[in-house]
Amino acid sequence: MGKNKNGLKKYDNVGYFFVLPFVIVFCIFSVYPVLRTLYFSFTNAKIAGVGVTSWVWFDNYKRVFTDKFFWRALWNTVRIWGVNIVLQLGLAFLLTIVFSDIKYKIKGLGIFRIIYYLPNLIAATSVAFLFQTLLDWRYGTFNQIIASIYRLFGANYTPVDWLGSSATAGVTIAVISSWMWFGNSFIMLMAGVQGISKDYFEAAAIDGAGRWTVFGKITLPLLRPMLLYVAITSLIGGLQMFDLPYLMSNPAGASYNSVYTVVMYLYKFGFTTGTTQTGYASAIAYVLFLIILAVSIIQLKVFNQDEEKAAARRAKKRASSKTK
Amino acid sequence: MNGIGYKIKKTILYILLILLSVVCMFPFLLMIVNATRSGSEIMKSFTLIPSVYLKENWATVFKYFNLFLGMWNSLKVAVPSTLLCAYFSAMTAYALAMYKFKGNKVLFMTILIFMMIPGQLGLIGFYNLCTKLHLVNSYIPLIIPAIASPGTVFFLRQYVLSVMPPSLIEAARIDGASELYTFHRIAIPIMSPGIATMSIMGFIGGWNAYLLPMIILNKNEKFTLPVMMATLRASTDITANQGAIYLAVAISVIPILLVFAFFSKYIISSISAGAVKE
Repeated sequence: MGKNKNGLKKYDNVGYFFVLPFVIVFCIFSVYPVLRTLYFSFTNAKIAGVGVTSWVWFDNYKRVFTDKFFWRALWNTVRIWGVNIVLQLGLAFLLTIVFSDIKYKIKGLGIFRIIYYLPNLIAATSVAFLFQTLLDWRYGTFNQIIASIYRLFGANYTPVDWLGSSATAGVTIAVISSWMWFGNSFIMLMAGVQGISKDYFEAAAIDGAGRWTVFGKITLPLLRPMLLYVAITSLIGGLQMFDLPYLMSNPAGASYNSVYTVVMYLYKFGFTTGTTQTGYASAIAYVLFLIILAVSIIQLKVFNQDEEKAAARRAKKRASSKTK
Repeated sequence: MNGIGYKIKKTILYILLILLSVVCMFPFLLMIVNATRSGSEIMKSFTLIPSVYLKENWATVFKYFNLFLGMWNSLKVAVPSTLLCAYFSAMTAYALAMYKFKGNKVLFMTILIFMMIPGQLGLIGFYNLCTKLHLVNSYIPLIIPAIASPGTVFFLRQYVLSVMPPSLIEAARIDGASELYTFHRIAIPIMSPGIATMSIMGFIGGWNAYLLPMIILNKNEKFTLPVMMATLRASTDITANQGAIYLAVAISVIPILLVFAFFSKYIISSISAGAVKE
């Protein structure tokens, strides 16, 4: 029953009905906006739908590539991300070493994981105002704490304007962003460790391998793809950084030039009254997309290379164990 | 092996881990303490002992804006979008996994591609669409697109393939169940752990969303909580009183902490799952 060819076809057609809502909404709210943005990027639209719009083809793209403010924004974005990833992934990696150590057998992973993840749950707007207030250079609690520590040692502390001076603003935002994200990276790395077959560790224990040997020869190589994955997904997210720097900086402030990001720059031309240039903003969106695409392709290439190397290693091992 | 050096080292490791926990929670602790202190107290010195100005700060915050309205607005966006996302993602994922219709593969590939497209790419076109449809200042553009969430569909498709044997559907068909009935009464219960995981993350994402609501909403009474919080930036009368800012931030943080307290297990498992699927 229901197994004949006609019956199966009849059932399978129900699939169309099931995916229909998705397809309709997807076309309207995902596909169309992406194509519409592409169209705008080739026109001189000032404010979408207002005035006469004509084709300018690649003029907007040429402008992006010669716009030194765009490159400045890209450099700011990459720099903030760079400091952030070193801190965030470094800390997550250290924690992974500690929690996967076979000698110390640290307990409480469940509870520590939750606490470390906590900052990631809070809306960026709340985090931004919390830290902006804590880091206020005259009255902020952070500077008060540092000053009192200085006083303990009889030294004098000149308050640092963490978010206001261009020397420290980028790093400060990167540190706050690391504070928000290291728990997330840690959970992902730990998931990678837990995904490693227990057999490896047991075999190593039987062979009497030391903990650093286990770490260097088993955990690290098997965790490498996950480390890379975390770094790349973080880069893709990091290139779209907006909330924290946008909320923690002030266009009139001294530090603004060192913290404004690509999406902030896009926002300026896309959505800010008075500076709206829809065509140009659309081109920025597509250039950013192309950069992200390039990064993703490099990621895939590196992954595949990794896989091939690992496969070659395994084959070699098998061959050598056979000869024994 | 388990000598005294081992114990000392182990204790040091625990102390470091606990210190890091303190680093994670200390800003929130300062926030709660400072929320009870007056502006001038905060400017003078820091302390971890709560003061008595909670009521005054509360009055200042709510004189300036109604955070509960912001929460209510956030709920009005986050709850329907989460429900729609859960139901239709499950439906789409189920169809992709269980029916061999023409175009199945194409749709799945499209979903994979759109998972990799950054959200900002369609932003300008999306806003343009909303102005054309007169949906600016409406919650519809923040809710309806949740019906088509490529990431959730992808996750649930893999999930249903791993937990639901096709023979179950065959059996239901033999018993004369309609396809929709099978989906509602058999597939959804089996998929529910996966749906719950994605829903909680979806809810938090919707609750915390900032860029899109800021672009779509421009009337104060429509603002969701994060957009409302962001208006703090422009207000001088409230920034004069830091205690009130801390209180406003604290109020905005509490609902999400409650969600986390109840669902932390699901949240952690969804991040792990997201990592392992790669």
